[in-house]
Amino acid sequence: MSSLSKAFTSSIGRKFVMGLTGLFLISFLLIHVSINALIFLNDSGETFNVAADFMGHNIVIRIMEVGLFAGIILHIVQAIMLTAQNNAARPEKYAYNKASANSKWYSRSMGLLGTLILMFLVLHLYHFWWPTKVAVYTHQEHNTFQNIVMIFQELWVVVVYVLGVISLGYHLLHGFQSSFQTMGWNHKKWTPVVKTVGVWFSIIVPIIFALMPISIYLGWIG
Amino acid sequence: MSTGNMNLTLQVWRQKNKNSAGKLVDYKLSEISPDMSFLEMFDVLNEQLITKGEEPVVFDHDCREGICGMCSMFINGQPHGPKDLVTTCQLHMRSFKDGDTIVVEPWRAKAFPVIKDLAVDRSAFDRIIASGGFVSVNTGNAQDANALPIPKIQADAAFEAAACIGCGACVATCKNASAMLFVSAKVSQLALLPQGQPERYRRVQSMVAQMDEEGFGNCTNTGACEAECPKGISLENIARMNRDYFTAKFISEEEV
Repeated sequence: MSSLSKAFTSSIGRKFVMGLTGLFLISFLLIHVSINALIFLNDSGETFNVAADFMGHNIVIRIMEVGLFAGIILHIVQAIMLTAQNNAARPEKYAYNKASANSKWYSRSMGLLGTLILMFLVLHLYHFWWPTKVAVYTHQEHNTFQNIVMIFQELWVVVVYVLGVISLGYHLLHGFQSSFQTMGWNHKKWTPVVKTVGVWFSIIVPIIFALMPISIYLGWIG
Repeated sequence: MSTGNMNLTLQVWRQKNKNSAGKLVDYKLSEISPDMSFLEMFDVLNEQLITKGEEPVVFDHDCREGICGMCSMFINGQPHGPKDLVTTCQLHMRSFKDGDTIVVEPWRAKAFPVIKDLAVDRSAFDRIIASGGFVSVNTGNAQDANALPIPKIQADAAFEAAACIGCGACVATCKNASAMLFVSAKVSQLALLPQGQPERYRRVQSMVAQMDEEGFGNCTNTGACEAECPKGISLENIARMNRDYFTAKFISEEEV
């Protein structure tokens, strides 16, 4: 094995990939939430559809989309590998472990939260990504906004989406600052800033996402 | 010796050797003094067991003043018990209440196999140190104190990292049984000082490789290690180790 591939399969190397892909996915969330927030203009999706159309057809964006999927898959694959190693590192569990005394539950539940997000993501892609792709490749007109309004008429869908973004929020609450720490970006002056920004990001972004299905279901937007 | 007024129930992990299965065994103790250390309370228990002709509980200890890193014990779900910044030997029975049930287990990690009862084999830490946790210099005579100027902030950070006593509480409490707090402290105490520079990037690679080989888990930044460390070793050390590791692997051209 070459020196570089050894670096990527070491404990810290795998963590590096987790942190880097995590930060990349965070940057994606920022774009995703910004564009989707255009529905709050309440102009029957006119502005939003222009943006959605651009995102669906622009060649640069579509190449980046491949990178996005690669990032998600890499993040998941590394998580599975790391979790398998972590489980093997403690074959016999404690009879009594008072973990709440020294760490937050969500920092210890990143695998569970990630799995919930993945399950949500499958449904989410089926709802919105797949119809857009079909429309692009069959050269059909696709009104993304109308699709959103249609899908969020069902209460169970709204509930699943809200639960999905709550999982995302807790995942981010640990993941945002954790990725900086893993990358080695720990600094007396900057780490408190990163932590504060991370907390606000993890609260605000999921709330904006959650407001989308809620407002449509309640008829505030349509 | 037992002149106090505390009555306790201990649930102690008893395991014959590395290969046998262990289990928690209940022991009743009475008239325990609140001024006893946790280990002295175990001495009382062992005296009683010996008098009854039973096997005493094996546990690690040496200096009993919180500086050697020998004592361990996972007490009521926390390494070194409920108090912050103390080792088991410096934990006193006044931290518990009369009538308490106290669960005592060994450190649990694949890399720390149980030798007997509460004693675990921590030689994995020794092998990590041997892989690079040193400076290869002929020291000669002691230099003048100011011959090598080191900024105060740097010296303090190195000293704080060097406070690690290698007890393994970080591994014990980590949900992944990761040794990164220990290894990062040992990497940092040398990486921060001028004497550690020539081998800085070789050292971090060797020590991390040895850490992985020993079968410790991976850090997920829960911060449990920092919260439980009896010497207050900071997570900043892990970030420093990661930085040095990336520099070594991705920038340095030296193969290790």
